[in-house]
Amino acid sequence: MLNLPFSKAGPLFCHLYLLALGLTAFAFRAEAQESPYIVAYDHYLEEPGSLEVEYFSTFGTQRGGNDFHAFWAEFEYGATAWWTTELYLDGQTTFNDSTIFTGFRWENRIRLLQREHFINPVLYFEYEHISGADKILKEIEGHDGEADSGDRNALARKEHKHELEFKLLLSKTFKGWNIAENTLAAKSIVGSNPWEFGYAIGASRPLALKASAKRCSFCRENFVAGVEMYGGLGDRHSFGLHDTSHYLAPVVAWNLPSSWTLRLSPGFGLNDKSHRLLLRWGVSREFSGFGATIERVLGGHKR
Amino acid sequence: MTMTRTTFLCLISAAFIFVLALSRAVVPVSAQKKTGAGENDDSVYAELGKAPKKAVARRNPMEHDPEAVAAGAKLFELHCAECHGENAEGGRKAPSLRTREVQQATPGTLFWILTNGVVRRGMPVWSKLPEPQRWQIVTYVKSLGAAEKSPQ
Repeated sequence: MLNLPFSKAGPLFCHLYLLALGLTAFAFRAEAQESPYIVAYDHYLEEPGSLEVEYFSTFGTQRGGNDFHAFWAEFEYGATAWWTTELYLDGQTTFNDSTIFTGFRWENRIRLLQREHFINPVLYFEYEHISGADKILKEIEGHDGEADSGDRNALARKEHKHELEFKLLLSKTFKGWNIAENTLAAKSIVGSNPWEFGYAIGASRPLALKASAKRCSFCRENFVAGVEMYGGLGDRHSFGLHDTSHYLAPVVAWNLPSSWTLRLSPGFGLNDKSHRLLLRWGVSREFSGFGATIERVLGGHKR
Repeated sequence: MTMTRTTFLCLISAAFIFVLALSRAVVPVSAQKKTGAGENDDSVYAELGKAPKKAVARRNPMEHDPEAVAAGAKLFELHCAECHGENAEGGRKAPSLRTREVQQATPGTLFWILTNGVVRRGMPVWSKLPEPQRWQIVTYVKSLGAAEKSPQ
């Protein structure tokens, strides 16, 4: 397990962010048209050769413990038009406790069909290598609940999770509305934990469907609003909506012409097992032509 | 297992380079050649012929919208120019849209290509853009043909 105290992991994060932000010095073309979802996925992949660098924060309330601020950096690369790969680096600060790096995830999404259909499936698989102190709550699985986040960091970080996660992402866009449904199954590689399940659903729509003729930051078409709901579905031995947590979260994204995207999502727990509030926000920037630039730097072939 | 920071950085670098290398390897060589700059051979445009009749016959609802060309140009610059070139004359990864094949295609055909992409050749689906915006892009692309004819 990554066992770095924040005094060491902090500079690591800083280096990665500086590297990412330093890339803005390159003249990459803007290309932002992002969905507002933070947990749910639609069927759209990253454009081939584009890199999207994202930072997300989650402020969570904790009954019987300290509130927390979890955060993650996300590097999303469009390997091809049908395959997107992502690396996540997670961390969290628990108030009155400590700040720690909690692990990494490697995620892949593969588009199964060549063209648009009534419903568009995408296969998702992820390897995660995180500690028990991870609190980004990017997905809810099994019987996850608020109590799981209540331990002090020193104790929680001793638990190591090596997990494979699979999702079937189904999505459809019709008359400007996107509807997405994700079903997940996760299995720990270590130990004999049963398969765990979860779900996420979402619906969103741009505030305007027609683009205006002028470049503008505050045009209605730059804003996408919607709602997502996510939660656990128990495990192989006790499948269902009971004894797990569920959240309902309005979401909004602001796609700026400069290719920056801002997202905001206050999530509300729907039962006693859930955190009362998960306030999420994120900022991302897309770098088109990143892959080609790297190829040139590494002396790749010229097309 | 404890991982040092150096090991971790090496791991991430290795993973990233691996993915980049793999992404180059999985693009069929034939596709790379056919979509290269200036190599606008006919097969690149063969996809246009695959549009269903119903899609081909669709009319462009933005055809007479006075703002459609300007809005389409803006959208083209944001989403398409990276591959198709600033002036749609073709780029490193995608063919020219000023050719006879494209300009003679019906608006419905171009809309269908834009909506469905040509995934195996590297063009993503663009149905994430609302339908009116896709029609605006089509209007702009068709206007390029008209612009080229007008000086003659």
